[in-house]
Amino acid sequence: MTAPVLNKKNLNISRWVLIITTYIIVGIMLVLPPVLVIIEALRDGPYAAFASMTDPDALAAIRLTLVMTVASVAINSTFGVLAAWLIAKYRFPMRGILLMLIELPISISPVVAGLVWLLLFGTQGWWGEALNRMNIHIAFAPAGILLATLFVTFPYVTRTLLPLMEQQGRDAEDAAMLLGASFWQILWHVTLPEARWALLSGVLLTTARAMGEFGAVSVVSGHIPGLTETMPLHIETLYNGYQSVAAFSMATLLAIMAMATVSLRSVFESRAHNVATGEHDA
Amino acid sequence: MSVRIETLVRRAPGPESKVLLDGVSLDVPDGGFVALVGPSGAGKTTLLRSVAGLDAPESGHVVIDGRAVEGLAPRERNVGFVFQNYALFRHMTVAKNIAFGLDVLPRGQRPSKADITARVAELLTLIQLPDLGQAYPERLSGGQRQRVALARALATRPGLLLLDEPFGALDPVVRRTVRAWIRALHDQLKLTTILVTHDQEEALDVADRVVVMQDGRIVQDADPQTLEEEPATPFVMEFLGESLRFEGQISSGQFVPNQAHVGAFDVQSLSDGPAVAMIRPHEVRLHAMREDGAAVRQIGVRYGLIRLSVNLGVRTVEILQPEPTASTFYDCGVQLDIQEARLFRDGKLARAAQEAETGQQHEMVSAI
Repeated sequence: MTAPVLNKKNLNISRWVLIITTYIIVGIMLVLPPVLVIIEALRDGPYAAFASMTDPDALAAIRLTLVMTVASVAINSTFGVLAAWLIAKYRFPMRGILLMLIELPISISPVVAGLVWLLLFGTQGWWGEALNRMNIHIAFAPAGILLATLFVTFPYVTRTLLPLMEQQGRDAEDAAMLLGASFWQILWHVTLPEARWALLSGVLLTTARAMGEFGAVSVVSGHIPGLTETMPLHIETLYNGYQSVAAFSMATLLAIMAMATVSLRSVFESRAHNVATGEHDA
Repeated sequence: MSVRIETLVRRAPGPESKVLLDGVSLDVPDGGFVALVGPSGAGKTTLLRSVAGLDAPESGHVVIDGRAVEGLAPRERNVGFVFQNYALFRHMTVAKNIAFGLDVLPRGQRPSKADITARVAELLTLIQLPDLGQAYPERLSGGQRQRVALARALATRPGLLLLDEPFGALDPVVRRTVRAWIRALHDQLKLTTILVTHDQEEALDVADRVVVMQDGRIVQDADPQTLEEEPATPFVMEFLGESLRFEGQISSGQFVPNQAHVGAFDVQSLSDGPAVAMIRPHEVRLHAMREDGAAVRQIGVRYGLIRLSVNLGVRTVEILQPEPTASTFYDCGVQLDIQEARLFRDGKLARAAQEAETGQQHEMVSAI
């Protein structure tokens, strides 16, 4: 009788060791950095932190980040939905290759993506000079930043929608088609509503990623303060200029925006899960 | 609406390209109720989906009401389709589901809101769920979902109703009720209906005509009675119900089984040669023998009939008998009387007429 009790005790001990270790690791790796950022930001008091935000360059960076985020979310959600639909509901030649290409931005370094845009649109690039003559500016301009952000955030909507759409199959769409619905009616009234929580989750993931993107944007933007600096780039500029309170204040704001997005997403994710397992939300 | 299917061919997509439909032709008259039956992979659902326009055939035509429908939008085909898993829109109420076909009509053709509401109420009454308009599909039982799917398909008043295994997910009791109800609905609304099922009993029960499919082809297309009396092939005989099979020879007007304890019987106008006799267990008669008969043992009861096991030596067969078995059967055993059997030769029903035809062909050959 004593042996099993001992075993159970051992099990309890190892379980607690595991749990505590996990929390320590999470604490050091994930909780400590943002806490330190906030502490640094508030070193000269909340007023100094707030004042650093009202600097015109800081405001321009916040505005640019928001515009870029909204634009890339809108564009990538549209194409993401269509791509997910195509891949989930139809079988066509080279489907596997398309699937792989869509995931490419996840594996490829963002800096490489930025360089590609420079290679194409930079003044020394393939089309840069011709575009310049037509007064179209892409490299070192907001258009280039948008392209870079679009590339980096391309896979997220598709990747979150795909598993759900594949699981749902095509019967609902076929039924709608036989009832006379057009392509857009099916997409709008049947496909999207049935996948709405997954779509929201994908949109929020795209948002978080678009706000925080540094590498690809850094390469194409040219770091022109007030013009082509997004929040992450502006943080770097401030930090390199020894304005650490301003840098950490901006970093705090960015972190809060990202965390809000991610928490919203986890709320929707659990709803999506409930729907998938048959518990209706209505 | 009448449907004519002309030599439809369809292959599975992909490199293996299995033939799903191998030149299928079928006529469904206006007001007909036709059941497509066959084992899975026979091509029933593929045929149904081709009629609906969900799958494009490789060659052949589908003609609905005298009009070839290739390239015609599903809306213009005027077809109602009920899916195996019902495919209800989960995020819409029952009423919204039913109204869908009307809601998506172009503005010019769309009935007014009040008319749509009235039509939905009418359909809810028709499917006997008048109070469930505001419920969501997952609150409903399988039978209720099935009826909602049917109401949704009927909302735009299609002339042709296509049902893909509509009873598959229902329990046996509900299944029989819904089956009878669908048949009544078909008659009441003067629909033309094509039903796909793998349940032969269901098909025989509900349809005017049963089309038996196997490997992408139609094996037999006949009314239930003809199917039972003159199955075209041993497959049809076996598919439509339990059957016993006896190999044998026809010689001088008699079928002589190769099996001990099975009696020979007279056959008219069939030429000599090997043949196969197939019979339903309840059609077998027993004759008491004076000596050396096959041993009989009662093993149970089914449909009020007595189930008997008869030991024929090399194998044991199960038969059904209406009355308690005479005790004389047990004394010295029995002989099976299978004169009700259908005879098959070369995988086809052996008929006197066919034999005559073959005979004529022989004459022609000899004349040349």
